[in-house]
Amino acid sequence: MAIKELDQDIMRPPQPPGLIKWIRDNLFNGIMNSVLTIILFPAVLYLIYLILNWILVTANWRAVSEFPMLFAVGQYPRDQLWRVGVIFSGLIFMLGVSWGRWGGLLRMITMVVVGFLVLIAVLPVQHPALTVQMRLYLGGNLVFAALGFLIGKKTKLKEYLIIIFWFLIPVGGIILLAGFDSSAQLPAVPTTLWGGLMVTILLAAGGIVLSFPLGVALAFGRRSSLPVVSAFSTIFIEVIRGVPLVTILFMFSIILALFLPAESRIDRLVRALMAVTVFSAAYSAENVRGGLQSVPLGQIEAAKALGMGNFKTTVFIVLPQALRAVLPAIVGQFIALFKDTTLVVIIGINDFLGIGRSIINSDPEFVQMRTEVYIFMAVVYWIFSYLMSLASRRIESALGVESNL
Amino acid sequence: MEKEPIIKCRGVHKWFGDFHALKGIDMDVYEGEVIVVFGPSGSGKSTFIRTINRLEEHQQGDIYVDGIELSHDVRNIEKIRMETGMVFQQFNLFPHLSVIQNITLAPIWVRNWPKNKAEEKAMELLQLVGIPEQAEKFPGNLSGGQQQRVAIARALAMEPRIMLFDEPTSALDPEMIKEVLDAMINLAKSGMTMIVVTHEMGFAREVADRMYFFDEGLIVETGTPDEIYKNPQQDRTKLFLSQILQH
Amino acid sequence: MPHPFNPLEQMMKPQKTDTASIPFYRDERVLNTAAQIISTVAIFGFLVWAVINFLNAADARNMELSFKFLKEASGFPISNPPIDYEAGMTYGRAFLVGLVNTLLISGVGIVAATIVGTLVALARLSSNWLLSRIALVFIEFHRNIPLLVLLFIWYFVVFGFVPPVKESLVWPGPIYINKRGIYMAWPRLTETGSTFVILFVIGILVAIIAFIILRRIRKNTGKNTYFIPISIALAVVFALAGWFLSGGSPFAIDIPFLDGFNFQGGLRLTPEFAGMFLSLSLYTAAFIAEVVRGGIQAVSKGQIEAARAVGLSQFQVLSLVVMPQALRIIIPPMISQYLNLTKNSSLALAIGFQEVFAVGKITINQAGRAVPVFALIMLTYLSLSLLTSFILNLYNRRIQFVVR
Repeated sequence: MAIKELDQDIMRPPQPPGLIKWIRDNLFNGIMNSVLTIILFPAVLYLIYLILNWILVTANWRAVSEFPMLFAVGQYPRDQLWRVGVIFSGLIFMLGVSWGRWGGLLRMITMVVVGFLVLIAVLPVQHPALTVQMRLYLGGNLVFAALGFLIGKKTKLKEYLIIIFWFLIPVGGIILLAGFDSSAQLPAVPTTLWGGLMVTILLAAGGIVLSFPLGVALAFGRRSSLPVVSAFSTIFIEVIRGVPLVTILFMFSIILALFLPAESRIDRLVRALMAVTVFSAAYSAENVRGGLQSVPLGQIEAAKALGMGNFKTTVFIVLPQALRAVLPAIVGQFIALFKDTTLVVIIGINDFLGIGRSIINSDPEFVQMRTEVYIFMAVVYWIFSYLMSLASRRIESALGVESNL
Repeated sequence: MEKEPIIKCRGVHKWFGDFHALKGIDMDVYEGEVIVVFGPSGSGKSTFIRTINRLEEHQQGDIYVDGIELSHDVRNIEKIRMETGMVFQQFNLFPHLSVIQNITLAPIWVRNWPKNKAEEKAMELLQLVGIPEQAEKFPGNLSGGQQQRVAIARALAMEPRIMLFDEPTSALDPEMIKEVLDAMINLAKSGMTMIVVTHEMGFAREVADRMYFFDEGLIVETGTPDEIYKNPQQDRTKLFLSQILQH
Repeated sequence: MPHPFNPLEQMMKPQKTDTASIPFYRDERVLNTAAQIISTVAIFGFLVWAVINFLNAADARNMELSFKFLKEASGFPISNPPIDYEAGMTYGRAFLVGLVNTLLISGVGIVAATIVGTLVALARLSSNWLLSRIALVFIEFHRNIPLLVLLFIWYFVVFGFVPPVKESLVWPGPIYINKRGIYMAWPRLTETGSTFVILFVIGILVAIIAFIILRRIRKNTGKNTYFIPISIALAVVFALAGWFLSGGSPFAIDIPFLDGFNFQGGLRLTPEFAGMFLSLSLYTAAFIAEVVRGGIQAVSKGQIEAARAVGLSQFQVLSLVVMPQALRIIIPPMISQYLNLTKNSSLALAIGFQEVFAVGKITINQAGRAVPVFALIMLTYLSLSLLTSFILNLYNRRIQFVVR
């Protein structure tokens, strides 16, 4: 009605345009804040200027730019790199399949990764490592992704098959990379030559893939009504959670050999993987246990009343609900695992961090450039980790909408 | 003609630690009968109904369901659980599965039915309880009354010979009780053997063949609804009836 | 047909034993027992196998499994030990030094991380957009880099480029920063100093007791007992008494001075300690900031509004309504972070800071007693973990309010 609208017009105060209002509310609302802003703003600008200046002008990035392959795969024989390529492209392919099958967040991930690869492929800079072959390979992954997407979308591939494939990649990858002594096509490549981002990702992916089922098993073990199983699981979990990761790494590195029959010799990298797996499994176990506890007893009773046995009840009713409840915590543990892989440097394995340190220590000139190398590595780790936590937050909100409880 | 009762209980005792929950229950239920079990809370009525499908284990006495003895034999327990369906006070629908998935889960994985047979049956049952349009929804999106009706359909999907109801309407808002009771009345009229633990006396009066009054772990009195309402014999029965029939 | 019941008769019926009629592989009791036996055998069998392997290997390598080595002389030095130590002392002594270092850096780190973390949390909650974003950058920066990388940056980059002794950086204090560490003026207890310390501590205890008693009286009787000013006054009185009784100079300030090639006197923080301390504290501070922020935000606005409506002052609202509830949420994860910090101190091995793990590693290198040393190390960390869990459980039980 006319009169009401008029009233509203009179009562609303005059509004200045958006930006000024925002500045007023957020930066200058009150004396304290205004003073703070006046001090901080120029300080921050100056800091940003200093940083940019360092990055673009004073820093010497030679230690980084000369060794992309080292950072990527360590000292893996250059003529056998096709194996790394196969695994990497296999990953991209599976990403495509997953995107085709499930969509959502996976679309963003696949596009970012492939986009990044294509970007490097078409980069108009000269670099010895960026041969025509390399460019073609990097850009060619676009094809793999597209192929995967088509397959995922069009065929009626069972969901659990896709998941099984994902689990097989780290394991299969390690076997492929390791090769066999007797083979001519797949000659053995000792793990001492493996290094760089490849090792970091292998440890992280392998650790995640292996620690999760182990963690679930431990969680069930801890809740078991069989006293021996329960005690063993509990002690195992609590001891591992009570000590630092370096301790476990060293234990597997030095002491494990003593507990196995005399002739067995386990590769150093595998031992590191085992240590990281066992460590992460203990933490995952506690997360899963929390989830299991949150499933109401009535769910199990209903399943039993319907005639479902223990195994079916667990697989169809208990586990899906338990995992859904603690998925954020589980993903958080995976991210922590990724960051924890850096510790293998301490037992002498050349992961991404290790390669950087090797480069620095290899030449007095590079020692001077250590700042650049460390900052570069920090940035790479940061990017990976940040992207993972972004994905985690997306998963959380997607779950929240769907379960609707 | 004396038929064998489909459920036979003789001298059933149950202890929870030191607490004597069931102090010797005898009961015979014939096929097609609708039994209503009522009594104050803590009287053992829920415990009793849960011993029938082994959600609780009885320490003494015999229970026979459809001729099968409820003993430590896991195969017997399995068979009995397939013959009995249960509807819970808290519905206990599986929140991560859709309505139709809730209903078809057991037939597919326990009775090994092919998926389309299970889904057909599920839609039939949803029709029976009056909510076929909810098939693709998730339990979280349904009202309490709708959820309980889905629970009934889920139990019926296993084609049980006996349906057990453990206070099916106690957790419902008043306006939804009727829709669930209606579904149960339909079921009763179709000839299903039912044991219902409930306070809904109207329901009892309409379809129950016999009522059992439980108090402190014992059956205090039993009779047809008419007998119980018009002529309760025991003082305790009279007291309890007067308390719940206040409103 | 209704069945007559007969309670007395039923209660006296004997238990039916029907085990004979059920085949054992279907009897749930048998299955249960079998599961117990099998699992026990499997687990113990595995453990026994492992232990046998171990003893065999130990035998084959002539490994000594006792702790006797702790009495042997270690061959290695430890720079800047917090308690007296020289290269000739026993391994046991070296281990103790390591332990003290661990406790020292954990303790100092926890304090620093809590303070910084709380400040960052408050900054993050500030209504000033710039301040909030700066805090956000701090938090996201530290949460996404691995601690080891951060440690290396502090130690090799920041401390890597400090000037040599002769050209030390001088900060007001005086604080001297150079390749051999950070030197700063530090109070030292004089001979009369102990008197002061004793009286000071007694004063604090008396003040606390007075605070509790007077506050209880205030709560019970409603009479104003001025418990805050009185307790403070008591503490001050004792401190002053101590001061005078110690001749007015319980402390002397040690100022570092350049003597030849090194600084003498004052407090010296080695680059290793400083690097470890800074990276560990700031890293943990970022996580603590999120914990504190979560706790404060979890106290619903309704609480604050209700408290104001009842007439409590701003300060009372904060101390009586917000903080207790926020603390309930904050303390358990906070204590977890403290434990993480303590465990993370083991990274010191990477930069040569001699805390308990690093000392252990050197011991193994020199004396080769891997298993006993490891046992000791793990025992140390486990004790700290269990202690922390214990404290946490105590706290949880105390603050548990009954939820209906």
